[in-house]
Amino acid sequence: MPEKNKTKMRELDPIQRIGCFEEVALGYSKEEALKEAARCLQCKNQPCVSGCPVGINIPGFIKALREERYKDSAMILKGDNNLPAVCGRVCPQEKQCEARCILGRVPGGDAVAIGRLERFVADLEIPIESVVKPSIHKKVAVIGAGPAGLTVAADLAKEGVSVTVFEAFHTAGGVLVYGIPEFRLPKKIVSNEVQFVQEMGVEFRFNEIVGRTVPFEELVNDYDAVFIGIGAGAPRFMGIPGTNLNNIFSASEFLTRVNLMKAYLFPKYDTPVKIKDRVAVIGAGNVTMDAARTARRLGAKEVHIVYRRSEEEMPARLEEYHHAMEEGIKLHCLTLPVEYLGDANNNVVAMKCVKMTLGEPDSSGRRRPVQLENSEFTMEVDMVIEAIGQTPNAVLKAGFSSVQLNKWGSIQADEETGRTNLPKVFAGGDIVTGAATVIEAMGAGKRSAKAILKYLAGV
Amino acid sequence: MYKVISREAIAPDTFDIWLEHPNIHKRAKPGQFLILRLDEFSERIPLTIVSTAEGRLRVIIKTIGKSTYKLCAVKPGETIADIVGPLGNPSEIDRFGTVCVIGGGVGIAPLFPIAKALKEAGNRVIGILGAAKKELLIMKDEFLPHLDELYITTDDGSEGIKGTVTVALQKVLKKEKVEVIWAIGPMVMMKFVSLMAAENNTLCWVSLNPIMVDGTGMCGACRAEVGEEVKFTCVHGPEFDGRKVKWDELIKRQYQYREEEKRAMEDYLKEMGGKNA
Ligand SMILES: Cc1cc2nc3c(=O)[nH]c(=O)nc-3n(C[C@H](O)[C@H](O)[C@H](O)COP(=O)(O)OP(=O)(O)OC[C@H]3O[C@@H](n4cnc5c(N)ncnc54)[C@H](O)[C@@H]3O)c2cc1C
Ligand SMILES: Cc1cc2nc3c(=O)[nH]c(=O)nc-3n(C[C@H](O)[C@H](O)[C@H](O)COP(=O)(O)OP(=O)(O)OC[C@H]3O[C@@H](n4cnc5c(N)ncnc54)[C@H](O)[C@@H]3O)c2cc1C
Ligand code: SF4
Ligand code: SF4
Ligand code: FES
Ligand SMILES: [Mg+2]
Repeated sequence: MPEKNKTKMRELDPIQRIGCFEEVALGYSKEEALKEAARCLQCKNQPCVSGCPVGINIPGFIKALREERYKDSAMILKGDNNLPAVCGRVCPQEKQCEARCILGRVPGGDAVAIGRLERFVADLEIPIESVVKPSIHKKVAVIGAGPAGLTVAADLAKEGVSVTVFEAFHTAGGVLVYGIPEFRLPKKIVSNEVQFVQEMGVEFRFNEIVGRTVPFEELVNDYDAVFIGIGAGAPRFMGIPGTNLNNIFSASEFLTRVNLMKAYLFPKYDTPVKIKDRVAVIGAGNVTMDAARTARRLGAKEVHIVYRRSEEEMPARLEEYHHAMEEGIKLHCLTLPVEYLGDANNNVVAMKCVKMTLGEPDSSGRRRPVQLENSEFTMEVDMVIEAIGQTPNAVLKAGFSSVQLNKWGSIQADEETGRTNLPKVFAGGDIVTGAATVIEAMGAGKRSAKAILKYLAGV
Repeated sequence: MYKVISREAIAPDTFDIWLEHPNIHKRAKPGQFLILRLDEFSERIPLTIVSTAEGRLRVIIKTIGKSTYKLCAVKPGETIADIVGPLGNPSEIDRFGTVCVIGGGVGIAPLFPIAKALKEAGNRVIGILGAAKKELLIMKDEFLPHLDELYITTDDGSEGIKGTVTVALQKVLKKEKVEVIWAIGPMVMMKFVSLMAAENNTLCWVSLNPIMVDGTGMCGACRAEVGEEVKFTCVHGPEFDGRKVKWDELIKRQYQYREEEKRAMEDYLKEMGGKNA
């Protein structure tokens, strides 16, 4: 029988890491990777594969790894996943591939650490010549250089399609560069992957906001097909009284300043970021954990996560939640802020909150939080970061008016093909599903790329 | 990379800069802005597009902190890493009849394309340009051909009426019926013009310039309460009916980063050996 438990991954010590933005999880050594790979039972029915949104041949890459055929292993990974170094780090594996692993069903046993092994193989950086087929004399415009757009671009380029990516920011990666912090996903890894896409001949046009600086209709006219992968980037606010007081930020603002604009290196980098002593971060998803841990690293003395449901319903990746707790961040469950209070200068000084209890399950299947009567209390804070979710960007509504939206304001697209109501236009990623995961956005990109190729071939 | 074509100091701490850009001139309309990032280390700096010509555009900048100092130190022939625009919604230009356009300080620059467009649309355009003192009054000669009447105000009386732009506005409103007002300048100026407009039941467009990061509606830094609703200035504005803006809150938000800005500036001056452009 294999070892019951996962091979541990070395991590930076919590005390050391809250003083810097270095990556926390240090990766496996060769010995550790081989030891972990040996745990895999190579199941014939491959339950793990059905848990991966892009269906990676998991037993296959693990087999090659343990036979030390590293290049084969890397090729298997890259065949299904353009960004294995990213996914190995940020996939919520415990809800995806690893949730289905047979070893996880053994009482007290852990699933194979599929994500960690994926990261190990990807980090070997074995050069893989991507075979780019001869030009098929078709051109496709990809809007947005997030995981969805990058995947479509790479998959089409490989097939000889000429691809131009239009990106609003000055750099590619989407949430991977402006949302997820350096200590969880070093930006070097993202830029390596982007370079890989560039080397396949994909052209990037940065600083172009389709629908604003380039009309969407112009792309529809000029290209043989268009893929929309613009993400769901607009922050939501709870909208409680006092939202516009000073030192209340959306997680998007806080993280964009720190990650995209490198405010953690202020004043070497010009963009400032605010940091105070007692910070509250509202929510309990990945964005919440990222904002809370970033605040801690920037020097906040206390960081409090305030969440209206219970620990069980938390949507964040388990590992990040554990990391946050190790870093001294405090969790207040079943708590909902209802008003911000400010001083004479309009700086936030406290938050009025109420206590919650869990009622019947709601449409998401999670138990709905209900307010407990007479439970109001005040929490002193001098900075608040709201991380309660994102919605499609407002620019969309004006700029893509011919594309049909669904009732949530996201783009209406076929799940299997990404087709929209316009024949030439495909869409995928967060702009279709609402805020989801990196690998789901890539999966949508893969499917759309296939459908676009068929469309271009007139099938 | 975008080349700086020319740079001219038009008043103390105020620079008139033309930049190369292949596309913005095709789409920019009065009231819109751009965001510029000087180099790898730079902030994203929002600036109004003052004029455009084939393959080029013009911005007028007042140096007030590290980023604007750095930007105005770039010499003709040198380049700027990123420019994105046009951003924001264009001004609602129409033939209204008599309109009054009011600019204060460097706010006179963003007012210019609007005044010009209003004149071209067939309005009677009354201009009020205000500055702290004569030397700081910019673009007067450029405005003249587009105005039917011009009032100048200075705080110290060194040119025109002594006092703020509202003193001149009061005179205008007493004399004739104004259909629409445009006011661009420091927030406090826009606030007082809006109050006067409200008393007179006149629509008053103001161009808000809150702190921005992305300028595309993705961060909410630029939010402002307008008519009981939270608006993101970069995508819902930048122009709003000033009578509906919750000014005091917005003005305080402008100073949120004051400590950090001060630190950045001190650091920059040290780096430059105490002198700047
Ligand atoms: C802070 C944070 C942490 C996260 N952590 C995780 C995690 O640990 N694991 C995980 O799996 N998922 C995580 N997610 C979710 C994941 O990042 C997203 O689901 C994924 O990035 C979606 O990819 P996308 O390509 O659809 O969109 P995005 O990544 O949002 O990319 C969209 C791109 O389009 C650009 N764009 C937008 N509008 C336009 C336009 N009009 N013209 C041109 N370009 C435009 C944007 O600038 C952006 O670059 C996290 C998200 C956030 C915000
Ligand atoms: C839509 C819009 C149009 C503008 N047009 C012009 C223009 O045509 N000419 C001009 O000179 N200025 C214009 N500004 C203001 C200009 O962007 C700021 O003066 C500049 O960003 C200050 O940078 P700094 O580092 O030099 O100053 P800092 O020392 O960092 O800040 C000084 C003050 O400038 C403001 N400011 C700082 N950062 C920003 C930011 N990211 N966005 C907006 N304001 C900020 C704050 O009120 C701050 O207190 C405009 C701003 C907006 C939002
Ligand atoms: S891509 Fe994500 S879900 Fe798929 S195998 Fe890798 S870690 Fe698991
Ligand atoms: S389910 Fe687990 S043990 Fe079985 S093949 Fe997949 S990873 Fe290996
Ligand atoms: S500047 Fe970020 S939303 Fe307006
Ligand atoms: Mg600055």
